[in-house]
Amino acid sequence: MAKRIDLKDVDIYYGAFHAVQNVNLTVIPRSVTAFIGPSGCGKSTVLRTLNRMHEEIAGARVEGEILLDGENIYDRGTDAVAVRRTIGMVFQMPNPFPTMSVRDNVVAGLKLQGVRDKKKLDEVCEASLRGANLWKEVKDRLDKPGGGLSGGQQQRLCIARAIAVQPDVLLMDEPCSALDPISTLAIEDLIADLKKEYTIVIVTHNMQQAARVSDQTGFFNLEATGKPGHLVEIDDTEKIFSNPTQQATEDYISGRFG
Amino acid sequence: MSERIEQRAPGSEGEEDPIVPSSSPVPESTPRRAPSSRRGESVFRFLASGSGVLVVAAIALIGLFLLIQAVPSLMANNANFFTSPEFSTGDANNLSFGIRDLFLVTVFSSVFALVLAMPVALGVALFLTNYAPKQLSRPFAYVVDLLAAVPSIIYGLWGILVLAPAIEPIARWLNTNLGWIFLFRTGNLPVLSGTIFTGGVVLAVMILPIITAVSREVFAQTPRFQIEAAKALGATRWEVIRMATLPYGRSGYIAGSMLGLGRALGETIAVLIVIRASTSPMTFSLFDGGYTFASLIASAASEFSQPLPTGAYISAGLVLFVLTFVVNALARVIAGGKVNG
Repeated sequence: MAKRIDLKDVDIYYGAFHAVQNVNLTVIPRSVTAFIGPSGCGKSTVLRTLNRMHEEIAGARVEGEILLDGENIYDRGTDAVAVRRTIGMVFQMPNPFPTMSVRDNVVAGLKLQGVRDKKKLDEVCEASLRGANLWKEVKDRLDKPGGGLSGGQQQRLCIARAIAVQPDVLLMDEPCSALDPISTLAIEDLIADLKKEYTIVIVTHNMQQAARVSDQTGFFNLEATGKPGHLVEIDDTEKIFSNPTQQATEDYISGRFG
Repeated sequence: MSERIEQRAPGSEGEEDPIVPSSSPVPESTPRRAPSSRRGESVFRFLASGSGVLVVAAIALIGLFLLIQAVPSLMANNANFFTSPEFSTGDANNLSFGIRDLFLVTVFSSVFALVLAMPVALGVALFLTNYAPKQLSRPFAYVVDLLAAVPSIIYGLWGILVLAPAIEPIARWLNTNLGWIFLFRTGNLPVLSGTIFTGGVVLAVMILPIITAVSREVFAQTPRFQIEAAKALGATRWEVIRMATLPYGRSGYIAGSMLGLGRALGETIAVLIVIRASTSPMTFSLFDGGYTFASLIASAASEFSQPLPTGAYISAGLVLFVLTFVVNALARVIAGGKVNG
């Protein structure tokens, strides 16, 4: 289920603007990889190329190879819609479908894949909500609209929705930045559970969070505004935060800039 | 929920707050500026609230005018105002008028127009917001808006001279094959053109722009994060529309349709030209003829010399006034303050 990701010589452009340059990295299955770095360094852009969500912006294109278990997701015959069905994504802003019930939110992805069997949908709904640590809180209001939950619950609902389709990879784009500390803790605990089954890539502004949840950390930086962002280094989280090889990483994690 | 948050975020509250405490420790500048700004404040408030009151007063006065003019005629009426199909005002001493047929023809033609226009408007609005390439979407939207700028007299001429003969075969087919449904049975006219059916099609074209414009506006405002939520799950374009755009825009679409309905109910000259008069009562068929409230009043406008017969038409106008008022109010309630079309 969980798959390996390889980025080889990846360059990302928005029209004429060179957004990210020459990224090479590997994410191994059943691990958490965190991307950190200052605003505008391209970490979210790189994350969004992993499920081709960046293509929603006109003029965006990718050079190089992004391989999912060896298969290039940018191959000519590969459809972006098909890619996204196997790669789950959780966004900065909790975004459940507000008028859909909690249950329908969770199984929305399955329904897109054509699953109609009600028994199966109910099973997956419960399993996903349990997996997202939300089952106890919402089991009595599965038919209430998803927009009625609290922010932290909504974000866990979005995680349940993402894992309901048993994705190969789970992408998280600053999943806690709109949440209070207690909800943040709940999500971080959840990430620790989820990595037993999924390959997780998370973008975060919070370095402590990266240190807490990830096995591997990549530091992105940019030389100046308007210049492309690049991956400064990527290594075991422990090593990045205790003994980085690059001076820029050292400066960033010690709070000297950024 | 989340829509509200987003709407409020760029609001002025957050920006103004920090200014207040920073200006309070500097008391000197405040008293010097206060008088002129306070006067400006009160002048502006007077202008703003005055205009608001004026509009409300105008509507109330129009209603009052209609009522005062209508009451004497209603008192002198020999027929039941609500159930009588006849409308004879030739003899001022023997008025006999009712709105049954006016109401039915008005509602039948307008609702039929709505049934035709709603799906088309939905399709056009979705095409413009989700499918059309950017270079095409603007001019296309402009053309649709232009439909609203065509004078209704032109619609009337086009309706009776071009459209009526063109759709007569369709009317005939419906009458022959689906005549067992009351809507399609032979009505009170000897022919199948110039009927409520024809008028409804013309009205549908006329209300298409308003429904399209309102829906397009609302669909275009679908929050980005809703669309991304659907796309990240691997939704195709149509599935994104179903999961994000339609739930978000539904109330706006319905509100726009209600505004269109309001317009159809009050449309006068095109209806007067297209729908034939009939001497016998309305039979609940789309192939009936007759007058709507508006077309009847317009047709009689040249004879408003005596107060009592005139009052009869004004009472019909009063009913139309209330009807459109209710439909528009309904649109507001459904939209929940989201649309200002």
